[in-house]
Amino acid sequence: MKKLIPQLVLGIESSCDETGIALYHQQDGLLAHALYTQAAMHSEYGGVVPELASRDHVRRALPLIRQTLDQADRQLADLDAIAYTRGPGLAGALLVGTSVACALGYALDIPVLGIHHLEGHLLSPLLADPAPALPFVALLVSGGHTQLMRVDGVGQYTLLGETLDDAAGEAFDKSAKLLGLGYPGGPELAKLAEHGDAARFKLPRPMLHSGDLDFSFSGLKTAVLTLTKQHEMTDSTRADIAAAAQAAIVDVLVGKAQAALKQTGLKQLVIAGGVGANRLLRSQLDAAAVRKGVRVFYPALEFCTDNGAMIAFAGAMRLRQQAPQDGYAFAIKPRWDLQQIG
Amino acid sequence: MNLPDEAATIALGARLARALRPGLVVWLRGDLGAGKTTLVRALLHGLGHQGRVKSPTYTLIEPYQAGGLELRHFDLYRFQDESEWEAAGFRDEFDGHNICLVEWPEMAQGLVPEADVEIGLQIVPHGRAARLRAYSEAGKRCLNAL
Repeated sequence: MKKLIPQLVLGIESSCDETGIALYHQQDGLLAHALYTQAAMHSEYGGVVPELASRDHVRRALPLIRQTLDQADRQLADLDAIAYTRGPGLAGALLVGTSVACALGYALDIPVLGIHHLEGHLLSPLLADPAPALPFVALLVSGGHTQLMRVDGVGQYTLLGETLDDAAGEAFDKSAKLLGLGYPGGPELAKLAEHGDAARFKLPRPMLHSGDLDFSFSGLKTAVLTLTKQHEMTDSTRADIAAAAQAAIVDVLVGKAQAALKQTGLKQLVIAGGVGANRLLRSQLDAAAVRKGVRVFYPALEFCTDNGAMIAFAGAMRLRQQAPQDGYAFAIKPRWDLQQIG
Repeated sequence: MNLPDEAATIALGARLARALRPGLVVWLRGDLGAGKTTLVRALLHGLGHQGRVKSPTYTLIEPYQAGGLELRHFDLYRFQDESEWEAAGFRDEFDGHNICLVEWPEMAQGLVPEADVEIGLQIVPHGRAARLRAYSEAGKRCLNAL
């Protein structure tokens, strides 16, 4: 007979490129976590887009689970529940995590629970120390996402705004590609921008004054493209364009984040996602925060990008207040609106 | 076909929407910023899709249901490994029923089913140029319906 609230929760994340596994204990917190990625983890920030070959979740999931258990000095038999990413994401990738979770749950006779990938990201700041208090505004910026959310509690999320086309990390990566920095080259673009003059070229700040909290970065890519065609690509010109692109992306992110705080009246801003490591973004957010008397939280990068800890943690939080799913049927949701989960 | 501005790309997308039939495979070729995703967005809106059409560069595939049709918007820019085709379930999406709109098909050459229709978008001094070609009977019917 299992305890009423499952204590030791295994988390499995496999929604896109990364396979992440973690163990979270209701009392003792995060015990261990492991991530399999071929992305250069030393890279300054993401839009982290590892090689697709790395998305081989089938072969990685079980060894990673073993490794995580070993790290925490636990055994499969110690598990009380399993949380897995049910969606949104790539169907094939989701199916692996889901089937591993359900099969393991069935074999061990413990409950399983499907978690919304973005809920993991939104709650993961609570794993950090210092952690923000609820409620807070979260700016989720990565290669795949650009969203502003209001977080009031577990299952209480309000979408304030999101990108209409490209994600901010994608704007970094694609601008980098246009400047000949390879793909994904967001971190290289930031590095190049350090030597550039952001004032030489004026790039648009898409939707900065649109009056809502949505983003659009596709046009910026086109503007960068136009600049690269109009000018001879000397080293200094490339650096100037990189600086202009970074300044435009950061201005929009900072402007919209501030607008979200103003609109909600909240005083805490959490930055999640790989782009959150960008230095210019951090310095501008911090400067704006001082002016407005708000506090900005930057969770450690390992919890910003896709990881298993956030799924284990979100699962543990949910299992405190709700029953696990009934049975072990696989029902992935490649498309899943966060507003629907409640 | 000349597309002097984004409005022209959007108009082409809306016209294409009406010419699509189940099972059609459409390849979209063109450089970064050529307007491939813009065209797909217009096409989906033309079919009555109300929501957003985000770039699938990160997710590689975005599914849509619109106008009574099942559509799959692929972006294979990040595709690198052959085994991925099977592992990610992409093969199953080309089932003769789904309309598959594929950006960067050249990244998965030999794996992506041949195009019924290929749309090449090129950046020209004043806007974009689109070149539409049919490679099958179904593709010809689609382009004739334009």
